[in-house]
Amino acid sequence: MYWNKEYECMSEEKLRELQLQRLQTTVKRAYEKIPYYRNKFNEAGITPEDIKNLEDLKKIPYTSKADLREVYPFGMFASPIEDIVEIHMSSGTTGKPVVAGYTLNDIEVWAEVMARCLTMAGATKKDIVQVAYGYGLFTGGFGVHYGARKIGCMIVPASAGNTRRQIEIMRDFGTTILTCTPSYALYMAEVAQEMGIEPSNLKLKSGCFGAEMWTEAMRVEIEKRFGLNAYNIYGLTEIIGPGVAHECHEKKGLHVFEDHFIAEIIDPETGDSLPDGKRGELVLTTLTREGMPMLRFRTRDITSIIKEKCLCGRTFSRIERIRGRTDDMIKVRGVMLFPYQIEKAILEVQGVEPHYQIVITRPQYLDEIEVMVEMSKETFSDEIKHIENLKKKLERRIEEIVGIRVKVSLVEPKSLPRSEGKAKRIIDKRSLKE
Amino acid sequence: MDKVFIISVFAENKPGRLERITKVLSEANINILAFSITSTNGFGVIKFMVNKWKEAYNLLKEKGFTVSMNEAIGIEMKDQPGGLYEVVKILSSKGINIESASVYVAETRKRAYLIVEVDDTVKAMDVLKGENLKFLHPEDIK
Amino acid sequence: MEFWNKELETLKSQKLRQLQLERLKKTILRVYQKVPHYRVKFQEAKVKPTDIKHLEDIHKLPFTTKEDLYVDYPFGLVALPVEKLIRLHTSSGTTGKPKAIFFSKKDINNSADIIARCLVMTGAKRGDILQNSMTYGLFTGAFVMHYGAEKVGILVIPAGPGNTERQITLMRDFGTTMLHITPSYALYVASVILDKGIDPRKDLKLKRAYLGAEPYSEETRKKIEEMLGIDIYNCYGLTEMNGPGVGFECKYKAGLHIWEDNFLMEVINPESGEPVKDGEIGELVLTTLNREAMPLIRYRTRDLTRIIPEPCKCGRTHRRISRILGRSDDMFIVKGVNIFPQQIEQVLMSIKGVAQNYQIILESYDEMTVKVEIDKELFDGKIERLIKMKEEIIDKIRSATMVKPKVELLEPGTLPISEGKAKRVIDNRTI
Repeated sequence: MYWNKEYECMSEEKLRELQLQRLQTTVKRAYEKIPYYRNKFNEAGITPEDIKNLEDLKKIPYTSKADLREVYPFGMFASPIEDIVEIHMSSGTTGKPVVAGYTLNDIEVWAEVMARCLTMAGATKKDIVQVAYGYGLFTGGFGVHYGARKIGCMIVPASAGNTRRQIEIMRDFGTTILTCTPSYALYMAEVAQEMGIEPSNLKLKSGCFGAEMWTEAMRVEIEKRFGLNAYNIYGLTEIIGPGVAHECHEKKGLHVFEDHFIAEIIDPETGDSLPDGKRGELVLTTLTREGMPMLRFRTRDITSIIKEKCLCGRTFSRIERIRGRTDDMIKVRGVMLFPYQIEKAILEVQGVEPHYQIVITRPQYLDEIEVMVEMSKETFSDEIKHIENLKKKLERRIEEIVGIRVKVSLVEPKSLPRSEGKAKRIIDKRSLKE
Repeated sequence: MDKVFIISVFAENKPGRLERITKVLSEANINILAFSITSTNGFGVIKFMVNKWKEAYNLLKEKGFTVSMNEAIGIEMKDQPGGLYEVVKILSSKGINIESASVYVAETRKRAYLIVEVDDTVKAMDVLKGENLKFLHPEDIK
Repeated sequence: MEFWNKELETLKSQKLRQLQLERLKKTILRVYQKVPHYRVKFQEAKVKPTDIKHLEDIHKLPFTTKEDLYVDYPFGLVALPVEKLIRLHTSSGTTGKPKAIFFSKKDINNSADIIARCLVMTGAKRGDILQNSMTYGLFTGAFVMHYGAEKVGILVIPAGPGNTERQITLMRDFGTTMLHITPSYALYVASVILDKGIDPRKDLKLKRAYLGAEPYSEETRKKIEEMLGIDIYNCYGLTEMNGPGVGFECKYKAGLHIWEDNFLMEVINPESGEPVKDGEIGELVLTTLNREAMPLIRYRTRDLTRIIPEPCKCGRTHRRISRILGRSDDMFIVKGVNIFPQQIEQVLMSIKGVAQNYQIILESYDEMTVKVEIDKELFDGKIERLIKMKEEIIDKIRSATMVKPKVELLEPGTLPISEGKAKRVIDNRTI
């Protein structure tokens, strides 16, 4: 099922042609309307005319999050304020937030790519879509909302939080598609059970989950608990919000909507381009944004590009699920590790729940990692000896995957903090002093 | 080994609550042997071990207090450094979870007891039987 | 004076009545044909759609009350096939379930169009920047305003409520010119702005604010206007009728224009159900004249107001009502959310360990305190259980009402026992 077959399945050749044409327009627009870009181009000694083919994109300097903060609030806008109809902001952790401005046309593009995403997840206008991403300055809620509105689905704008109400609504109105962060989905399953509602008896048929990193094993878990098809969605405020890429029913990587965005992979340390299939930092360029065109934005997300044709028939190349963030790579005793690796181990071992927290400390000179994992109810009431064995098993499995020994602590069921948005997985208690 | 009883009273965190309760007990000539207060934001539970627990329970109930009578175990502690630790160590090694605790010093016999409420008194007593411990008998406090 | 739709807004009175009658007839026929519950109600009242020949004939029709919204829950009063519905919003109800209000595409567009009229009526235009500080979600308030502003070409900052520091940063950094906000929060934000030494007249670009969702007085309006140096417009609506925009003030700030081409209004005596004389205070009753998904006939809003029959200087022919003067039921408002004491009561009854007696204390518009007596018989001396119970009460009330309460556990017998109808809500707020 396609939302826009003409574009989603256009020939490779035509697609590249369209990309080039749109890229040239975007570069010209950015150069003419945004002093920040003009300066950067001047410094790099290039002009928009130097972009003659798609390869030439590499001549353009990168844009970083810090660059965006520098020009806060309106410095990246290519349209006058009268033409901007909506503003969103990234959930920035420190300092000035990143502002995204949308023209009516940008909102239209956003609705288009989100409609494609939802259609990939099986949505038609007969579906009832519950939007449990937060609404407001955050892009999650609005993005899904615009896409669902374009398709003509019935939207339940539940926003994040108030979990019991969410579940009652799913039950009473027969919600068929759930959209939220994957950790919140798992939490909802838990609360549903507490309420005496079996999640798999709800009418949910699919879900679009994203806005945080998650694993294949978590997908299996969500699918099993709700009896639905769980799809991975990707996006970020700086580019447009959710809707940059989404999985088709093959669930083998996320199709990047290449008529609107160009994806590249680079080495996060050196900034060099990496070949297809190699893992590195994702860099995105917008092709149709008016309000805020973005050239070679460094996402800090780690993934790789899959060029092979997908069985679903779409031309768009795919990215694999996000493997980590360049800034939450944990470097412990010189070893790089990502939370998803730990998660993988946890999900493989029976007797624990997919709720965990990684605590990093440096008691003296050496970093120590403690992984706190919730036991399942059954394990919890089991004999101490069994719990000890389970702990050892987990420690061994994590060591096999990440290459260093960690301490595992099994904690009581439901004792770790739950989140209604992005789960906080890493607690770094290392002090910075030497 | 026998269980002892403690009296729990619900109280809002307001001045005069403890006074009201102790006044009732004192007027009835009931002796408070040990007591503890656990309080949280807004309310708390006051626990007493008294010499006449049944009488105290009925009396407080009659006076309109929200009260319950709970089973507890009194374990003798050695009067030396580490005495409390010894007892607590045994309890935790047996997986017994302490819900509330207070200390009773029996003046006449110069002994101290740790009074604990646990999830399952019968089971806990069973588990502790084999240990080298001395317990408080209800007769001792009458 | 600017108009969004001058023709409709200044339609000659006689023509407006004619348009109303046409639309009323159409609406009545539609619900009679499509909504079984309405057909039964009409038959019981022995009226047929053809009996509606004049606007006054509406008196022959039975009222719709909030209880009717639960009949054949959840899709009971819907007049369209479910696949034509594109939005669900909810509003507080007296039962454990919320009132479900559905919209079609046309309804959503129409509600935006009505807001566009409202905004333009107060002088807003393209180039303005609206900071929308209402809650986005199942309540309609934030969305309808958002869509309406977008229609006019106004830049919307979907700030949502709370996080006052950020609200002020947004106003400063983006040059916000208009706010959509509850009166109690507006007062608070204004006081924080002044406390920070910001001179709103110099440092901010605020021009006007739209206040709704809570009752407030003329004095409060003047006070906030004075503090911020802006114009404040009163905004009335309810989820059952699209949300905000049913009634809105024009530049003269002398009552709220009801968009009579979309709503037929009556004011009745809440006891007898009889119409009151024009200008007398009574309960506002509304009939939708232009709604597809869920038309409502003679819906009893429970809001008390009066019609201002005199024509307005602004030139709009749509009649005005006074600001809302109270309620004809026991609903109260906290954080802009409508709450019925019954919702709280139901939660408390479902929890083991609490006694029957309870009280809701209201000291401000952003907090409610629920005082509950614990059940003597179920007290077992364990504080953990009480803490858990308190958390459960907070959680369940939040889930039922969308507002997180403060809960106090009390000793039994502390709350006054009243004979007959106990006074459950102690409202110490002054409007």
